[in-house]
Amino acid sequence: MAAKKKNTEPIKHSLIPEHKKLSEKEKKELLEKHGISVYELPNILASDPALRGMDVKPGDIIRIKRKSPTAGVTYAYRGVVNG
Amino acid sequence: MEELFKEYEDKIPAILLEELKSSIDKKTTKTQLKKMLEALYEEYLESMVEPGESVGIISAESIGEPSTQMTLNTFHFAGVAEMNVTMGLPRIIEILDARKNIKTPMMEVYLKEPYNKGKDIRKVAELIKETKMSDIIQEVSINILEATITVKLDRQKMKDLEVRDSSVKRAVEKQLKSGQVKIEGDEVLIKVKSKDDSLNDLYKLKEKMKSIYLKGVKGITQVLPVKRKDEFVIITAGSNLKDTFKLEFVDTERTTSNDIMEVYENLGIEAARAAIINEVYRVIESQGLNVDIRHIMLIADTMTASGSVKGITRYGVVSDKSSVLARASFETPIKHLINASLVGETDPLNSVIENVMLNQPIPVGTGLPGLITKVKK
Repeated sequence: MAAKKKNTEPIKHSLIPEHKKLSEKEKKELLEKHGISVYELPNILASDPALRGMDVKPGDIIRIKRKSPTAGVTYAYRGVVNG
Repeated sequence: MEELFKEYEDKIPAILLEELKSSIDKKTTKTQLKKMLEALYEEYLESMVEPGESVGIISAESIGEPSTQMTLNTFHFAGVAEMNVTMGLPRIIEILDARKNIKTPMMEVYLKEPYNKGKDIRKVAELIKETKMSDIIQEVSINILEATITVKLDRQKMKDLEVRDSSVKRAVEKQLKSGQVKIEGDEVLIKVKSKDDSLNDLYKLKEKMKSIYLKGVKGITQVLPVKRKDEFVIITAGSNLKDTFKLEFVDTERTTSNDIMEVYENLGIEAARAAIINEVYRVIESQGLNVDIRHIMLIADTMTASGSVKGITRYGVVSDKSSVLARASFETPIKHLINASLVGETDPLNSVIENVMLNQPIPVGTGLPGLITKVKK
């Protein structure tokens, strides 16, 4: 049997907020603004189902647009790690 | 006007800006609005948690105190149409420990149009439920001499569950893997390969035969259609998101499970975070208690910070602490101290608990900032 083609369609679900990969420029700006390195951010595994269909590698930063009951919309950041 | 709001977008949370937007009318001038925004920004800065505040301890107290008042027992609903769900303190402990196997896994299965309108809803629900061989069996008899098992099928039940003879035969052959299978009328004849199989094996085979999977979603033991607003939702006992998403009539965008680990595996870390917050908040709310949701958010953030869900246990978030003394102060201190001394670990004493132990100022509040001076040479 031939190897099954990997499903690259992003998952849509009410529990999954919008995930967006930051460009190199945005990444640099963010890290400089807070004076941190990528590894000080909370992590997200590269194999995370929510990143399906996105071209990510360890070291990238994902911006997550969360809906918050207290602030309306908040942005959270997670650094991609192996796994 | 709009550009003024734009300017403050990064500074003030969206919900506050929306509130201000809806409360101003056409008479408000630009300068007035500017002043309002400035005052709002100042007020917002005032309301923020100060740097160095020990938010973790405050969260722990804020959740711990009301949960002592929670009913310790799970409720047992003695109704026909109600399912038993773990609630109260046991449920909270279950979530925060990030257990792999929770006591009462449940799913809320939303359906696509037109299935959600209620037509044939029982039939749709029946399709989700797992059907095993034991559901369509009327009688089982064993012939010891010929080493055969005869199963009498319940035709009425088979008709209700839409199970056909051919599929039964195929399932039995495939999953039992021993002997020949024949269907004669209402009976299924299973002939074991070799006659010298012991009687014990024959009985074992009989039990194995009963649990043969025929159709439906594995792990779903009960289904219950419920009306929510103007559509029907199927509540299930047992959870299996992966297989449920494969069914074509299921709305995969809204179907959720109360099993955090399953949500994490199928939908990712952010979905797990949201699920933890929803589940904990629902328990606390159902007990008539009032805990600020930000405390729960902090816990959920801690549990999901590593990229995978970790419980608040000695194997989870506590094992990630860098300080030996902090780990030892939680549970099993001897084990931690011995292991640390074996590998020669050092403790930088950066955190709170180890400094409490050593009677030193703790890095919290005014203890946080350090002093740096340039020494003249």
